[in-house]
Amino acid sequence: MRLYVNGIGMIGPGLVGWRDHQAVLTGTSPYRETMRPEPVASILPPNERRRSSDIVRWAVHVAQEAIEQAQVNPREVATVFASSCGETDVLNRLCTALATPQRVISPTLFHHSVHNAAAGYWGIATGSQQSSTALSCYDSSLCAALLDAAAYVHIEGGLVLLVAYDLPPPLPLYATRPLREGFAAAFVLAETPGQHSLVQLDLSLSDDLSLNVTSMEEAGLETLRSTNPAARSLPLLAAIAGHRATPVCLEYLEYQRLSIRVTPCRS
Amino acid sequence: MKCEKSVMAPLVLSAYTLVSALGKGLEPTYRALRDRRSGLRPCDFEDVGIKTYIGRVDGLEDSSAGCGSTAQELEQFDCRNNRLALLGLQQDRFMQAASEARDRYGAHRVAVILGTSTSGILETEHAYHERDPQTGVLPASFTSRYRYTHNMFSLAHFVRTCLNLRGPAMVISTACSSSAKAFATASRFIETGFCDAAIVGGVDSLCLTTLYGFSSLELMSSDPCRPCDEDRDGLTLGEAAGFALLEKADRAEHSGAVALLGYGESCDGYHMSHPHPEGAGAIRAMHDALRRSGLTPGDIDYINLHGTATRANDSIEDKAVSSVFDLSTPCSSTKGWTGHTLGAAGITEAVIAAMCLTHSFVPGTLNTTRVDPNLRSYVLLENREQPVRRVLSNIFGFGGNNCSMILGTL
Repeated sequence: MRLYVNGIGMIGPGLVGWRDHQAVLTGTSPYRETMRPEPVASILPPNERRRSSDIVRWAVHVAQEAIEQAQVNPREVATVFASSCGETDVLNRLCTALATPQRVISPTLFHHSVHNAAAGYWGIATGSQQSSTALSCYDSSLCAALLDAAAYVHIEGGLVLLVAYDLPPPLPLYATRPLREGFAAAFVLAETPGQHSLVQLDLSLSDDLSLNVTSMEEAGLETLRSTNPAARSLPLLAAIAGHRATPVCLEYLEYQRLSIRVTPCRS
Repeated sequence: MKCEKSVMAPLVLSAYTLVSALGKGLEPTYRALRDRRSGLRPCDFEDVGIKTYIGRVDGLEDSSAGCGSTAQELEQFDCRNNRLALLGLQQDRFMQAASEARDRYGAHRVAVILGTSTSGILETEHAYHERDPQTGVLPASFTSRYRYTHNMFSLAHFVRTCLNLRGPAMVISTACSSSAKAFATASRFIETGFCDAAIVGGVDSLCLTTLYGFSSLELMSSDPCRPCDEDRDGLTLGEAAGFALLEKADRAEHSGAVALLGYGESCDGYHMSHPHPEGAGAIRAMHDALRRSGLTPGDIDYINLHGTATRANDSIEDKAVSSVFDLSTPCSSTKGWTGHTLGAAGITEAVIAAMCLTHSFVPGTLNTTRVDPNLRSYVLLENREQPVRRVLSNIFGFGGNNCSMILGTL
């Protein structure tokens, strides 16, 4: 199945913005993992920005970057938000309050606990009334989102904004899912090529487990890839940054692979 | 811009089942609907001290997800949500139907796309009570099983493990619209060829988070919910597990089989927990479902409302419904029977819609004595015998996430 990437957003340690840091992914710039990302998410109204969790700002930040690069009206773009663990900071605060004798929880905290909180905030910030899905597929959340977005653009037409994001959970939840670093990536995907198309993606599902899963050459990036479900997008981002035809193979659950042929739309 | 899309090919629900406060499987569910017997009871969940009613499924405290299974790998999934899931899979020969689909298409060609809003969060709530008083560390027996219980993917992971399926899988978690949206995604997966069939549906189970959360929002009634009543004062929470096997319509074994004819998905883009005041997102979802099914509003015989019995939902949904449909189209909410099963509401009400289609009846809204005179839609209060060929079901959720589905007979 074929689709096109019209815009990209990226935030993670040493990877603060697609435009400035894609050269890190191709190895032409050094990877400085100590560079700490600070999501801005300026599209959020001040009130919403103040109330939102860190993870919402990470997700909205890359969504905004991708949409601006694609130069599209976000009200015309459906969304797929993918996170393995979702709002762990909010869940920690809720479960802490529920473990007290009074069990008093804030109504704001409660409606921020939904897995589609980031998707909801994006909708509020943009006023978009297009379809929005929030999903989880544990370590394969990115692959599930790519399939969901690809099926959407093919059946429904138009554009889809895919956002993959995961942050390390706070203590004590961290023990359940020790993600070392945060990462978020966003892609604006289209069924047909346009003037802003960066690459063409040809996706195919395979049950041939002998296909080697693509890893990152740089050790620090490989650690990031293998320890954050959203950073499983790094090989795809690196292939797009490479500006040449490149095969990428992602692990999809235990028994499948998602093969992606990445072909540049312009040199 | 969205391009104009053609009508979707209907997908047959070749097997389906439901476990809710009404009982285990289709037969007790149907009897309760016909006898107008509610599944709601005064809240007796754990030590919850909120004055409210709940739609609780009996026996979940005593069973184990691994029970009756020789597979040891299922035991790690044990939690209230997955116990309820297993109870669902065991009804109405659903496991056999899934097994036959696996034989027919191959394990890689059957997807598992399910919805839940809170997954197995009750395990985490319990684990926080058992933190080490000095270090705050959670019990190791919990942390090692988090992936299989509370993580959002746990439900689909459990179900595909139970059914020995290897196709595409995911959990959709868009609050209350979750299991309705599972139908939409599965429909696209079948049409694009990512799979040949899909197990769809969802499970949500009672937990402290939702009971105290809805209470904090002051959206919960202290009585059994009264959808569309002039004195309605909030929702009642329930729990449910429901599943359907979705396949191309050529698999329909008889005329009259129940099929998904259309779906519409939208957002309000307005507020996290309050619906758009004009129902703009809801209107969009209903219009999209009609367009995708190739039907007009006049083709719909019955509308199963989201009908949560909160002041805002019912009045705004009424505005939306009465702007799309003729005011003579019969509507009702079935939340008075099951309670609001949150992420499982989509499958709960899809299965109820299937019963309306196969048994030629329409349920009148339960617990409601006087329809709010400000509502314009034709809200039924009594059950009615009538031929039903097409049902539209509305599901709206937090984050302003909406989904409408149209089910009909082939």
